[in-house]
Amino acid sequence: MGFAKCFKMAVSTIWASKVRSFLTMLGIIIGISAVIILVSLMGGLTQQLMDMFADLGTNSIQVTINQRAATRNVEPDEMYEFTDGNDLVENASPSLTVAATVKTSKENKSGTVSGVSEGYGDMRRLNVTQGRFIQYSDVMSKSSVCVIGAYQAKTFFDDGAVIGRELKINGTPFTVVGVLEEKEDAASGSGDDVVYIPYTSAMRLNASSVVSSYLLTAADEDRIDEATSSIKQFLKNKVGDEDYYMVISMKELIDQMSMMMNSMQTVLVCIAGISLLVGGIGIMNIMLVSVTERTREIGIRKSLGAKQKNIMMQFVIEAGTVSCIGGVIGIITGALVAILAGKLLLDASITPSAASIVVAFGVSVAIGIGFGYLPAKKAAQLNPIDALRYD
Amino acid sequence: MSALIELKDIYKIYRMGDNEVRALDGISLSIDKGEFVAIIGKSGSGKSTCMNIIGCLDVATSGTYRLNGKNIGNYTDDELAEVRNKMLGFIFQQYNLLPKLNLLENVALPLVYAGASDAEQKERAIAALEKVGLKDKAKNYPSQLSGGQQQRASIARALAGNPSVILADEPTGALDSKTGRDVMMFLKQLHSEGNTIVLITHDNSIAAQAQRVVRITDGRIVYDGAASGDDVVSRQEKAGEY
Ligand SMILES: Nc1ncnc2c1ncn2[C@@H]1O[C@H](COP(=O)(O)OP(=O)(O)OP(=O)(O)O)[C@@H](O)[C@H]1O
Ligand SMILES: [Mg+2]
Repeated sequence: MGFAKCFKMAVSTIWASKVRSFLTMLGIIIGISAVIILVSLMGGLTQQLMDMFADLGTNSIQVTINQRAATRNVEPDEMYEFTDGNDLVENASPSLTVAATVKTSKENKSGTVSGVSEGYGDMRRLNVTQGRFIQYSDVMSKSSVCVIGAYQAKTFFDDGAVIGRELKINGTPFTVVGVLEEKEDAASGSGDDVVYIPYTSAMRLNASSVVSSYLLTAADEDRIDEATSSIKQFLKNKVGDEDYYMVISMKELIDQMSMMMNSMQTVLVCIAGISLLVGGIGIMNIMLVSVTERTREIGIRKSLGAKQKNIMMQFVIEAGTVSCIGGVIGIITGALVAILAGKLLLDASITPSAASIVVAFGVSVAIGIGFGYLPAKKAAQLNPIDALRYD
Repeated sequence: MSALIELKDIYKIYRMGDNEVRALDGISLSIDKGEFVAIIGKSGSGKSTCMNIIGCLDVATSGTYRLNGKNIGNYTDDELAEVRNKMLGFIFQQYNLLPKLNLLENVALPLVYAGASDAEQKERAIAALEKVGLKDKAKNYPSQLSGGQQQRASIARALAGNPSVILADEPTGALDSKTGRDVMMFLKQLHSEGNTIVLITHDNSIAAQAQRVVRITDGRIVYDGAASGDDVVSRQEKAGEY
């Protein structure tokens, strides 16, 4: 008896008891959709985080110096001197954060303002759509000028003309000299929600006389680790004790993050896998019941010349088909839920990867065959005369 | 020429604890090609047990069974399945049609397991159904047929594989006397066409329609001869029962 015929027979047997077949499949449906949902959402989340980091520049290296503890500090000029004399490091800019309330007549918002140098715009590949970025002269003269993101341009001012208008940062009036290109729908908290001022002005706002953090960029994406260690060496000579400074490269951060996401995904998928196991046992259970119920049918088939492999194939294919249909339903529901959840929770368009779908389908077929094997074996080995006498 | 079916000193003993049931107690029987044999006996005498052994559905406790000259005593499960498929056609008292298959599929089942092509399966199954007068019911399911029609369908199934022997265990047992007669007429017709038939019954009038009668009592053959000769024995036995 051919595979196609067995399959057709399996489908009609499954169809003949729809409710029972559906309940048998339920474990597989839940397991497979859980796996698809988790893998898709984790993938989406990882992608989102990666994009966020990549937006900060994959070649960037953050240096933070603990001001209070360090006996010595690193002046901007010293940092520039270091980068100029180092092939691995391309550029450097102070990068200070000021907790600030930004205010205009229209809007009032608490957040942070970044104090940077004139080179920062190029390092971060920021595009200015109106006006200009912060210039060397602004830094030197500690000008009260600022460059704002698309979010600020939209929310803090009434109409399109933004250049030359004024906003107050912690009460100090600053003049807008540039607006950055919109990146992420000009949303609050996004890469468009930024205010840059000269770092010297930021130091004044912070009432601080030292620059405690810098952004550096590695010259070569493939030699970020070397660049990081040369920076560490420089700081060691300059500051001394390793506890007083911190050097973090974006690459390191991304690697750590993706490793963490991966292990989290593995754990979640394993948990979802337990429901697949339970689903498989459910299939085995129903198949055993089915073999008992159909003992007479098996006896008749054997009396007509069915060999063990014929009976075996019939039941294995039936189990495989049940689990396969369950798998397909699970993939479809999982994909729909993942897409919906991606929209609602992550605000991103998520599509389950082809690989996860193929693997999920393969796993469901394997579960059906694996857990169908034992009941099928039992059916195949029934003694024809006992099976015929069975009522 | 050796006989088609040859049983020699066949014992079938069921042990239940200390009890021992000798369902067959030393049976020797040979049936030639083209014979129409009725095995008759009271309930529990061992008729079905004997037929199950002839039908390769069961194996004897001891003794040898040659089918078509081959000793099937050491055949495996699958080899016996093949023998049933190629050489034997069964007609059961309870018809034993598969309820979820239509008549055509039911009748084609032995051919499916014989590995026949789809076209051949269909052709031979339809021919078999035509022979029993059920060609127009080919798409019907067993539950849509009368008992007599179902039994005719099961005869068609037994014929479809063109077996060497047709084994019928009480084929008229579940039918009223008229449909029972129709079935018997049919078996006689098959015999006249050259088929070998082994029929099991406890009904003397049915056994009388066979060519040869084998009477079993308590697992032993007590009469083996022409159907007419058995009449006397059966009357005596009947007299003894009351
Ligand atoms: N599996 C079994 N285990 C134990 N004893 C059995 C088994 N099968 C049959 N027997 C016994 O063997 C004897 C013969 O049984 P068998 O079925 O051959 O009788 P029969 O002549 O076909 O009777 P009937 O006309 O009622 O069908 C009976 O006594 C029965 O109880
Ligand atoms: Mg019987």
